[in-house]
Amino acid sequence: MTRALILLRRRLVGSVFVLLIVVIGTFLLLEAAPGDAVDAYIVSTGGDAGMIEMLRHRWGLDQSELTRLANYLWALLHLDLGQSVTFSRPIRDLILERLPNTLLLMVSATALSFGLGSALGIYAGARPGSARDRFLSIGSLALYAVPGFWLGLVLIVVFAVDLRWLPIGGIETLASDKTGLDRAADIAIHLILPVAALGFIYLALYLRMMRAGMAEAWRQDFVLAARARGLSRRRVVLAHVARNALLPLVTMLGLQSAQMLGGSVVIESVFSVPGLGRLAQEAVASRDTPLLLGIILTSAVLVVVINLLVDIAYAFLDPRVGAGEAGA
Amino acid sequence: MSPLRRFLRTPEAVAGAILLAALIAMALIAPLLFPGDPQAIAGPALLPPFQDWSLPLGTDRLGRDVLAELFHGARTSLAVGLAAAAAALAIGAVVGTLAGFAGGLVDEVLMRITDAFQTVPSFLLALAFVSVVGPSLGIVVAAIALGTWTGPARVARAEVLSIRERDYVASARAIGMHPLEIAFREVLPNALPPVLAMSSVIVAAAILTEAALSFLGLGDPNRVTWGGMIAEGRAVLRTAPFLSIVPGIALVLTVLGVYLAGEGVVETTAVRRSLS
Repeated sequence: MTRALILLRRRLVGSVFVLLIVVIGTFLLLEAAPGDAVDAYIVSTGGDAGMIEMLRHRWGLDQSELTRLANYLWALLHLDLGQSVTFSRPIRDLILERLPNTLLLMVSATALSFGLGSALGIYAGARPGSARDRFLSIGSLALYAVPGFWLGLVLIVVFAVDLRWLPIGGIETLASDKTGLDRAADIAIHLILPVAALGFIYLALYLRMMRAGMAEAWRQDFVLAARARGLSRRRVVLAHVARNALLPLVTMLGLQSAQMLGGSVVIESVFSVPGLGRLAQEAVASRDTPLLLGIILTSAVLVVVINLLVDIAYAFLDPRVGAGEAGA
Repeated sequence: MSPLRRFLRTPEAVAGAILLAALIAMALIAPLLFPGDPQAIAGPALLPPFQDWSLPLGTDRLGRDVLAELFHGARTSLAVGLAAAAAALAIGAVVGTLAGFAGGLVDEVLMRITDAFQTVPSFLLALAFVSVVGPSLGIVVAAIALGTWTGPARVARAEVLSIRERDYVASARAIGMHPLEIAFREVLPNALPPVLAMSSVIVAAAILTEAALSFLGLGDPNRVTWGGMIAEGRAVLRTAPFLSIVPGIALVLTVLGVYLAGEGVVETTAVRRSLS
């Protein structure tokens, strides 16, 4: 336990610096945008020069860049992300409202790609060079070449338009007053297609990594020893070869989280899932820079947290990790 | 055996080379085969494919020639994919070399910045960048490069760390070469092979990101893009699904071609390295 704690503390300190760079960098990037929140507001509501002046002053936009960055950082310390111009609501509330949908989508898609990908990888890697190995490795490469948003549209055409088996989009049936298990089932049905579109792309990645790791493991002495002891092939594959190839996949889980989050932006748009990605798109469309800044920051925090969790899981799975640091 | 013949020995590499050659041919002959504006109206709206042989793939919602758009879209995909990948590899190689060769504080600062870039989802970053600066071909290239240079930077740094201690670097130091000159003329070229090995993956990622950006309406509005075509077709997905499906197939074949050819090249050079 202490070992994991030391690892956690070291990572936390590093993460704070990284997040600080993210905040400052993104703030400066969005500052460079032509027009500010007031312009965006005036475009949508109308108003004269006096009102523009008044709003700039009220929102603190007439201060210098550095002052505003300092103000922003100070507000962040109080978990205040500011006010959204287009929604006229606190950005934190907006994000917290949308975040669960994105998390649900990401976790389900990750479970699908990791579970099915590693299982197929074991199946392919159990007999390297066999017909099924070649088929799966080429098939997975083809899958990896498919753009997620396009796969989503194809799934909609087949399963929602032609077969009418599944809903075309959204996260749940609107105004259905469903509660409890009924509502959960409704959401699950709505999530099938978006999860498939997002998860199947990354499935290929885990499949290929698993396969490559197993090919490596087959050459190791301990596998030879296990075979020499007369263990069944099934046991050698599962308990020795696959088990050793699984660890790098866990690391990949953390590295992929940022990609997955980026991918969900487009998938949410295809399936009209009201998540963080859709919110980002709405922020872009209405030039709501404070909202966009808040979303980017939330995503970065999310990625950092996921990677921390993966590191901790790794420390438990692989006893060699952090052993030296704990003594120091 | 010549490298080319060794490359062509695996069926995957041959398939990849054929796909890529077809794509490049499409991009090159697009202005000859379909001169004039591919976004101009060419016939009746929503003509299905294989009906009229002057418009083999039919027309879209506005009556534009789908085949002409497909050919011109290949130009955009290829141009953006190659330019963004080249930019990402160049930035990555320079940052990685500086970090690995300088060490100390420079290394620490550069690597924390790399961490920061890897923490923000690269697609979200590209989205923000394009929306701030405005969509044009150059900006899309820059936006994609901004999110992809980190991988090459890490690889280059790792390679530079192992090269830094070699004898020829020590001798360059001994004859009084400037550290920057050593870094970029002696170390960088030798650190390049593993960085370049990533190029096929990066080109593929760049093509897919460009497609996703233009699907969301953030591509260059004056250019035909496959992502933009897919988005266009989405409005009539129920009645004319081919409008979205056809450019998607072109995308899949392109990215697959890049992957397959890339794997073939890596395999060829790996064999050569193990032979020598």
